[in-house]
Amino acid sequence: MSLSPEQVAEQRAIGNDRENAPVMAPGYTMESVTETIAGIPLSKNIRMGWAVGFLIAFGGMNLLLLSIVWLLYRGVGIWGINSPVGWGFAIINFVWWVGIGHAGTLISAILLLLRQQWRMSINRFAEAMTIFAVSCAGLFPLLHTGRPWMAYYLFPYPSTSGMWPQFRSPLVWDVFAVSTYATVSIVFWYVGLVPDLGTMRDRAKNKLVKFLTGMLALGWRGSARHWHRYEMASLLLAGLATPLVVSVHTVVSYDFAVGLIPGWHVTLFPPYFVAGAIFSGFAMVITLAIPIRWYFGLEGLVTLRHMENMAKVLLATGMCVAYGYSMEVFFGWYSASRYEEYLVFNNRMLGPYGWSYWMLILCNVISVQVLWFRWVRTNMFALFILSIIINVGMWLERFVIVITSLHADYLPSSWGMYYPTFWDIAMFIGTIGFFLTSMFLFVRAVPMISIFELRTLLPQARVKEVEK
Amino acid sequence: MGLPVAARSRTASVGGRRYWRSLEELAETPDFQDYLEREFPSQLPQFIDPVSRRKFMVLMAASLGLAGLTACTRPSANKILPYVQQPENIIPGEALYYATAVLLSGVAFPVLVESHMGRPTKIEGNPEHPASQGAATAMLAAQVLDLYDPDRATTVSRLGSIRTYDEFAENLANVLTASAANGGEGVRILTETVTSPALADQLKVFRAKYPAAKWVQWEPAGRHAARAGAMAAFGRPVDAVLQLEKADVILSLDADFMVEGPGHLNYAKAYAKRRKLRDGDVTPNRMYAVESHPTTTGTLAEHRLALKPSVLEQFARAAAAALGVAVGGEASRPAQVPEAWFNALVEDLKGARGRSVVVAGEQSPATLHALAHAMNAALGNAGATVEYREPLEAEPTDQFAALRQLTDDMSAGKVQVLMILGGNPVYNAPPELEFVKAMDRVALKTHLSGWNDETSEYCHWHIPEAHTLEAWGDARALDGTVTVMQPLIAPLYGGHSALEVMALMNGIPAKTGYDLVRDYWKTAGAGVVGADFEAWWRRALHNGFAENTTLPAVAGVAVTADAAALGRVSVPEAGGLELIFRTDSAVYDGRFANNGWMQELPRPGSTLTWDNAAEFSPKTAEGMGVKEGDVVSLDVGGRTVELPAMLTPGHAPDSVTVRLGFGRRRAGQVGNDVGVDVYPIRSLASPYVVAGVKATGTGKKHELARTQSHFLMEGRDLVREATLAEYKANPKFAAASEVHGATADISIHDFKFAYDGYKWGMSLDLSLCNGCNACVTACQSENNIPVVGRDQVLRGREMHWLRVDRYYEGDPDNPRALNQPVPCMHCENAPCEMVCPVAATTHDDEGLNAMVYNRCVGTRYCANNCPYKVRRFNFLQYQDWNTETLKMVRNPDVTVRQRGVMEKCTYCVQRISGARIQAKNEGRMIRDGDVVVACQASCPTDAIVFGDLNDSKSQIARAAAHPLNYAMLAELNVRPRTTYMAAVRNPHPSLAENLAPASNSHGEGPHGAPAHGDEMTSGVSSATSAQSHVAGRG
Repeated sequence: MSLSPEQVAEQRAIGNDRENAPVMAPGYTMESVTETIAGIPLSKNIRMGWAVGFLIAFGGMNLLLLSIVWLLYRGVGIWGINSPVGWGFAIINFVWWVGIGHAGTLISAILLLLRQQWRMSINRFAEAMTIFAVSCAGLFPLLHTGRPWMAYYLFPYPSTSGMWPQFRSPLVWDVFAVSTYATVSIVFWYVGLVPDLGTMRDRAKNKLVKFLTGMLALGWRGSARHWHRYEMASLLLAGLATPLVVSVHTVVSYDFAVGLIPGWHVTLFPPYFVAGAIFSGFAMVITLAIPIRWYFGLEGLVTLRHMENMAKVLLATGMCVAYGYSMEVFFGWYSASRYEEYLVFNNRMLGPYGWSYWMLILCNVISVQVLWFRWVRTNMFALFILSIIINVGMWLERFVIVITSLHADYLPSSWGMYYPTFWDIAMFIGTIGFFLTSMFLFVRAVPMISIFELRTLLPQARVKEVEK
Repeated sequence: MGLPVAARSRTASVGGRRYWRSLEELAETPDFQDYLEREFPSQLPQFIDPVSRRKFMVLMAASLGLAGLTACTRPSANKILPYVQQPENIIPGEALYYATAVLLSGVAFPVLVESHMGRPTKIEGNPEHPASQGAATAMLAAQVLDLYDPDRATTVSRLGSIRTYDEFAENLANVLTASAANGGEGVRILTETVTSPALADQLKVFRAKYPAAKWVQWEPAGRHAARAGAMAAFGRPVDAVLQLEKADVILSLDADFMVEGPGHLNYAKAYAKRRKLRDGDVTPNRMYAVESHPTTTGTLAEHRLALKPSVLEQFARAAAAALGVAVGGEASRPAQVPEAWFNALVEDLKGARGRSVVVAGEQSPATLHALAHAMNAALGNAGATVEYREPLEAEPTDQFAALRQLTDDMSAGKVQVLMILGGNPVYNAPPELEFVKAMDRVALKTHLSGWNDETSEYCHWHIPEAHTLEAWGDARALDGTVTVMQPLIAPLYGGHSALEVMALMNGIPAKTGYDLVRDYWKTAGAGVVGADFEAWWRRALHNGFAENTTLPAVAGVAVTADAAALGRVSVPEAGGLELIFRTDSAVYDGRFANNGWMQELPRPGSTLTWDNAAEFSPKTAEGMGVKEGDVVSLDVGGRTVELPAMLTPGHAPDSVTVRLGFGRRRAGQVGNDVGVDVYPIRSLASPYVVAGVKATGTGKKHELARTQSHFLMEGRDLVREATLAEYKANPKFAAASEVHGATADISIHDFKFAYDGYKWGMSLDLSLCNGCNACVTACQSENNIPVVGRDQVLRGREMHWLRVDRYYEGDPDNPRALNQPVPCMHCENAPCEMVCPVAATTHDDEGLNAMVYNRCVGTRYCANNCPYKVRRFNFLQYQDWNTETLKMVRNPDVTVRQRGVMEKCTYCVQRISGARIQAKNEGRMIRDGDVVVACQASCPTDAIVFGDLNDSKSQIARAAAHPLNYAMLAELNVRPRTTYMAAVRNPHPSLAENLAPASNSHGEGPHGAPAHGDEMTSGVSSATSAQSHVAGRG
């Protein structure tokens, strides 16, 4: 029993109620929830807007492939890195993408443990975003090495030379942190998909789709035993993923904090990086959610309540990040080290890359303050723009940390400038292309909202509970 | 000429009908036989012409056939046999060292050449020879790369087509025979400066045979001024040889005596002997430098003034007058010279009669030389600190006049045969001579040179010249001592030396260079060679200098110049800028333009690479509205060149310096179109300085590839210094300025390695480093460091393992320049090692921070975390793995690194290993001095000490224990093994400023309140803010 266009319009209007949006618009039934969500991947039509967007993103992904081929052929010298700035866009992008991933894990793991029901509408695509972001991130540490074909040296494997990785190096910790994170994220996401894949299998008319979803659904029959095991697995995986939310970016921050370069050597980095990661991750979820819910008419399921909640998270983490920035300045002064002091004041604020620092403050601290106003939190256009600004700001934060700190450290004789090249930018755009291509395929091929979880939000589900 | 005669005689002698296609065939000349041979080869053809389809097929077939049979050269057609008995001394893997000399402007610089299995790989100074004492500046060490330059001329050619040397010999013989009738009237031989006795002898023989022939020497940057100055002062040419060690006070008039001229290595060593505080008992000398542009030597001067050339000359006159020399013209102290400064100088000079010395620059006008001679005479220095010797040149001439005479003769059609033996006059002759045009009227022009260059283009014949390391020869060093130059390798391309070509011209072609040199010295007489010639010869070859060949001191040299002559103004005040011509400190007069090491050598002070520039003082540039990199047009009497401007602190105001040797059209792949050729504005009349030059902006920009872009210390105590008085009051001033103290050894680990075997360390004496960059090239040569090119330098990717940092302090218009060589510090708590994820950089048990190239994946984390930024990364494939000859220049003891791998100074670990093997063979420990690292060996001022810190008697242990010893960035607790000895200056008491930081150890205060130099930071920052990121490195 599908919803009539009038009903859909009404539910969208309720979902867009700026004063009092519910977690889910009323009027949905078990059937219509399933229909609305599973109908998107099971539909035969390819919509024009999706196709155009996909092709643009796919073009971007091909730019990534081209960049990688050229990079492997010529070497990392095609980028703007040099001495003293040994790390450039690659590491900035790595940290940026890893950070973005964090929102998905936070939503699905921590909010699950905290029994926040509003997460159910957004966790599926947030998790997908996590996986794609981590994939993008994972490319960079591999490709930024001078000899990527030797990068397996970073893994502990029994080698005839008797050599192990050098475990004191944060880059080795990175390998473990990021690969663990990627694995747990994929498993968590896939486990969460299993009941919905079962639904898909049952509803699919196309034989191939039926076969594929049938394979992937692992024989899901929805028995009570299945549900029991599913719930246990979810809880356990949530418990596993929760520390990862904190640990991954903590370890990423060690890449810098363990170094002795002024601007890197900061004890504040781990919590400040984690807050920044969640900040940027939520910004990205918002960036994705706003067009998706509009385009697929899902405002009744992803309501302004969700958007406003996410905006509040943005505000909170934004304030954490702002605290981090102010403490960096304080430490610079309080350290009584002329190098730290020079870094914070002469270099970061007033040096040749000063523009990036002030842009960062503008993007991540000043602009976020508008979220104190409900009007902004519930205005999707404003929120979308702001989320983009925060994405830019968080990228700039990594730019400031990596480039500004490296370009002028201890010996003024060695100071130098870093300018990105075409290939730096191409690779960055390429990963965005890869990320968006994956997202486009995801929303088309997989239920982008957890059907079975949303069903539990329906009044019907609760009635049964009471009846029992 | 000979051809028709021979042909006619053949037709006469052969009976019957005979068909012939050309006179050559008919005459059956050797030329024609050669030609036939080449046209219809009976053996394998010569693989010398560019690849054709046919040759490609041949090559492919041959390489398939010979797959597996690899060798450096083609296998000989003759039967070969392996060693039955191994040749004496040749042990695969062990280097041999030969004493010989390399030349610069004809003057010998004695060197030791390292040879691996018959290929020379490294040039170092000859430690036994007083003119080098083991040191070798960059230009000398780099000549080994020239040897293997793939762009060298490989064949004899005539008008671009390949010929044989025999063809040339015959052509030459015919021409000379024809001109014998009129005594060789139309024959001219043009050489570079010749000090070689054997070559001079051949030239003499030739002129005896052809009395009307003339020999002309031309060297664009020779010792013209010194010669002219001596002529002006003494009325005869003499060479002033300094006894710098005896001088307490040195006045340098625009003289870069530690890097220029025949004596520079000796002078640098002598200067250093007076400044080696690590040796304890030294009485430091004091140097005053008055110069127009900042020189390497000037950076060590206690008192330095930057005066434009006209004022400098007036200053010299004033100084001479104050010392009691009768000087005509304007001889009052110029207003630009502070009175106290002038008085201190005069007081010092007068107080050190017979113990002072006045030196004029090799490239300064002759008047300055004459004034210097007069001052030395007035101070009683002649015979004490200055010796006058017979000139090194076999025949000292006024080369400018000689070249003018030659071109006049050529233009007048008086020259039929022009033999250019070395040199590149088409490129570097003064423009008004119109050398190229004059060449038009010469019937036969031959050029002997290593490269097919600008001059070769206009000559009929081109003969590849054998490299100095390929040919026998001889030449004179500083005091005239002859070095017999022995070849290290057979000529790679069958080249010939000037000596051999002269012998050919004299009709003795059969003799080899070896015979020619030997035969000459056999006739030198018992006074030279003694009773046993063979013994003398063997000693000369072995030692690198020939006994009894030192030129005699000239007795009774007296200044005959009158006041008017000394008062002659060579640089008239003429409004506009005064333009100074200088040779480049790496490509010299252009001859090393195709040498990648030289093009990429950061020029002392400016750190400019791959370009020349118009060097202005920041103030002058500001006045003209010119910024770094703005292309300016310099107008010299109607001739203009366009050069990018470079702001040079310490340059004299209202003047501009340009460097010769750039803008070559036919230097080769490396040197073509690098920089701008300024010879077109360098006229005969004013080869050193020209006044009244107009500079106008062109609106164009040209980025200058400088390896350093920030020249202020930002109040950091990186280079520490004190005056002698401060040092005596507080010998430990350097350590005292450390924030936490050098000895704090805080660690969270209990484990501490004892280093109870060897404990390698290095000390760099900042009192001695003049920033000449000899060490940089020595390191590059020793460690197979690639050349990356201008574009990569602009991106900040130069690969030098060792760099010389330059900082400025004090008055922005006349700052003090501080040099600081920075190799790897080999930190005991190395921050690079901790962050490497694959343990590719680790510590060894002797304290070396080692790089394992095979293990490196290239994360560059180590480089980021290095506070000294000494690590270098192969961002691209920088090493040339394809050019065969370049494979030969590499040191086989050092790995050639691949793209994607980090590298850095290893403390020449291969030399340590070499010494270790030798010590083990002899059953002993490595002794102090067994390991001499490449930079240390090359250093002309002995600023670098290396050795085992555990050996308490070693030089390094003494240096490390010296109160002046300090570690840069010690507060980071990385515990560097490379430490510095703070600089101690010896200023005149009345001019002394405080250099050392305040004596309380925490003088800086907790928040970086002014350390010494902070006031200067603010002072300089306005004027030199343009410099803070001048080069705009990418």
